[in-house]
Amino acid sequence: MLTKDQSESTASGTLDSAALLDIRKVAKTFGQSVVLREISLKVAEGEFLTILGESGSGKTTLLRIIAGFESATSGEVCMKGERLDLLPPYKRRVNTVFQHYALFPHLTVEQNVGYGLRVEKQAESEITARVEQALARVKMTAHAKAKPSKISGGQQQRVALARALVKRPQLLLLDEPLSALDANLRRQMQVELKSLQREVGIAFVFVTHDQEEAMVMSDRIALLRMGELEQVASPRDIYSRPATAYTAQFIGHTNLLQTVAQGGIVRCNSLSWPAPIPDGPALRSLRPENIKVAGSSGSQDAVRFRGKLQHRAFHGSTELLQIECADGLSFSVRAPARSDWQGELEFEFDPADAVAVRESAERP
Amino acid sequence: MDFLMSAGALRSSRWLTLHAILVFAFLYLPIAVLIVYSFNGPGVGGFPPRDLTLDWYRTLFADGAIWESVGNSLLVAACAVAIALGLGIPAALALDRAQFPGKAVFRRLVLLPLILPGIITGLSLLMLFNEGHIKLSLLTIVLGHGTALISVATTEVFAGLQKLDRAQEEASLDLGANYWQTFLRITLPNLKLSIIGAALLIFTLSMDEIAVSFFLIGRNNTLPLEIWGRLRRGITPEINAISTIIFVFSLTAITLWYRLRKAEGTTEVAAELIDTAG
Amino acid sequence: MFTRAYRTVITMPPLLWVSLFLLAPYLLMFCYSFWSLSASQTIVHSWSLENYRQLLSVEVYWQTLLRSMWIAARVMLFSLLLGYPLAYFLSFRAAARKDLFYQLVIIPLWVSYLVRAYAWKTILGSDGVLNTLLQYAHLTSHPLDFLLYSPFAVVLTLTHIYTPFTFLPIYASLEHIPRNLVEASHDLGASPAQTFWRVIFPLSIPGVLAGATFAFVLSLGDFLAPLLLGGPSGIMISNIVVSLFGAAYNWPLGAAISFCMLVLVVSLLFFSERLEKKWIFS
Repeated sequence: MLTKDQSESTASGTLDSAALLDIRKVAKTFGQSVVLREISLKVAEGEFLTILGESGSGKTTLLRIIAGFESATSGEVCMKGERLDLLPPYKRRVNTVFQHYALFPHLTVEQNVGYGLRVEKQAESEITARVEQALARVKMTAHAKAKPSKISGGQQQRVALARALVKRPQLLLLDEPLSALDANLRRQMQVELKSLQREVGIAFVFVTHDQEEAMVMSDRIALLRMGELEQVASPRDIYSRPATAYTAQFIGHTNLLQTVAQGGIVRCNSLSWPAPIPDGPALRSLRPENIKVAGSSGSQDAVRFRGKLQHRAFHGSTELLQIECADGLSFSVRAPARSDWQGELEFEFDPADAVAVRESAERP
Repeated sequence: MDFLMSAGALRSSRWLTLHAILVFAFLYLPIAVLIVYSFNGPGVGGFPPRDLTLDWYRTLFADGAIWESVGNSLLVAACAVAIALGLGIPAALALDRAQFPGKAVFRRLVLLPLILPGIITGLSLLMLFNEGHIKLSLLTIVLGHGTALISVATTEVFAGLQKLDRAQEEASLDLGANYWQTFLRITLPNLKLSIIGAALLIFTLSMDEIAVSFFLIGRNNTLPLEIWGRLRRGITPEINAISTIIFVFSLTAITLWYRLRKAEGTTEVAAELIDTAG
Repeated sequence: MFTRAYRTVITMPPLLWVSLFLLAPYLLMFCYSFWSLSASQTIVHSWSLENYRQLLSVEVYWQTLLRSMWIAARVMLFSLLLGYPLAYFLSFRAAARKDLFYQLVIIPLWVSYLVRAYAWKTILGSDGVLNTLLQYAHLTSHPLDFLLYSPFAVVLTLTHIYTPFTFLPIYASLEHIPRNLVEASHDLGASPAQTFWRVIFPLSIPGVLAGATFAFVLSLGDFLAPLLLGGPSGIMISNIVVSLFGAAYNWPLGAAISFCMLVLVVSLLFFSERLEKKWIFS
């Protein structure tokens, strides 16, 4: 759980030097393909950090390097100032919840959870007590004597979690643990995992490709694209102030506008608004929910335009309207769900919501 | 796995490698000796080998009886393949798809000769032929091999069936073909590799078969039995020569078989053996 | 999905053949074991338990059976000791060369039994390669007798023959172990040695049982290796049966012994399978 100060300092993605985990310029190449390019990232004590990325972005590889199942081609990983990457996985104070749970099929739930304690040669009484506690925490006490093949996916996932947490690691790694669950169960587990993390106070590094999941659960998100970090920030910051076009498009929906600033006016096709910025082109991201259907009481600074409704997608409480303008611009607009949206409508948005983003670098 | 291992783990890796090398040496030593000494002038035994010569091969090629037995073996093997496939393919289909009373017993019975010592299969058939007043000959050997090797055909084809995408057959039926047409046009072509692999394996095993043949032999010898007869009379280095040739053929056949199975995607014989023979 | 005609065509021919050439012969063998030999050396269909009585009372049969089981047990043990680490090496340490090594292991399996047994005969004989090598290297001054025509030779040869047989199912069961279980074990703090004993070995037990059963059963019924290499002290139970069907000409007694072997083997297979099932966790 981060303090207010820590939250603020992490807003920009940087941390003070007392980090729990310090990943320094870690790169990884498999044969000819470069999977990770010089990643540097710090994880704070007690924070919930999500490494978000598409498949092939390198997120799982990064996690495996932290866990110790792969070694980095270059760079270092340090935990509390000491080199972590020189240790084999069974000597690291890091534990993993695997994507397909990896429960030992020949052991009961209880024995699975106690496994990590038994190999440490702890006293049986101590083991029993801690296992009971761990099972209670994930609400699996009733299934203690069952074998993994007899319990459901969601239950297996909880056991995997208990098995890792019972060791009281300094850092818990979670490799897309919810991806095999169906949508409703997934949402439920997201909430449970988040509160569990607050309860135990251990730093979680969570890997997923689901941006919604990342936003719900994380204190910070590290967006990985083709082996490089696009942006590291809190969910709110990454959403409202995306650094690149890729970030803006990957997380949530957005409209990308090619604008040119000249003499204090920003222009985009037929739209324009005043802005005291130097001349030059800029790509801007404008979120659909920041465009409103123009009402009579619009602010003076709002930019207005007319557009024809081409297509609507019903999302329950809102609709996503596809709008075509006469000057060729097209927009996605999120509006309250109403049956009478049709034809040509007038829209407005606050120019401050059109945030400038970088183009993402091309990769070979 | 690329991860770091402790010093202890690395040490065990070295021991494992050493063990593997020793076991391979153990497995190949007799074969190596056989090949080397088939070129050895003074014949079998004695160390070190000297006087490299092709004499033994020359003697071998002049030996009519051996080649007659080779011919017999080829004939028997071909017939055994026909019988084993002719019954093994339907058996595999039956085990994979049909439900019928006694299926479990049938499965075990078909696969029993794989694990039963050859003497039991051989003797029981001998008693059958005796009661039926059937004279022992190449025919009885063919019947023996065919029966014993149905299990091999069934196992191989069964593995191929497991890999078959059921949806293809269903699509064929959906498009209007009946069961027979589907079998001929869809199922069989997909099993091509399995069947060829099975044929190769059955042929090789039949050529080498001795335990069952021992009891069913008539006047005509198969190659292994011919060699056996010679061995009873004393060792001649000719035997090394023919053994080397057998080895080369087996090697070729098995490598081919393995490549076929790899192309098909099923390289584990044993997996089905545990599942189906048990 | 299948019509009656289709089902009949695929089940009937194999069923009939197998009944005629597998089931009937075993039943016939069972019958033979109750028949007896007449004075004129013909087989008389008179039913009695005489053969079984002989089996139980004549000492040589018992001793030979026990010796055979002892030989089979040693073959089983040695081929497991050779085969298991090899299978582990291929499955967990061989990486890129795994395929090549696998081929190398199965090739001897398919090369003629006779050829391999014969090869050992030439190696182990008093003029054989091993003895002359030892003398050449001045390690011994005269040929070692026990190498050939002894139970030692039989155990050695059969171990050579059946090690690939035990390797195969062990390798298969090791390959079936998901690698993420090994990673999970390491992640939880277990060293590679602990991981082996607590996770890998228990999950490979079905393969070990299958391999052990193959080796034991096939060795028990073997008669060729003893004939070639066993000498008088290496006679196994199958050799007795062979002579009863040959020179000693007593088919009914031979049938009785064979049938007992059949029952023994089938029982072993049955129990082994039951045990295996207890150790299969999907």
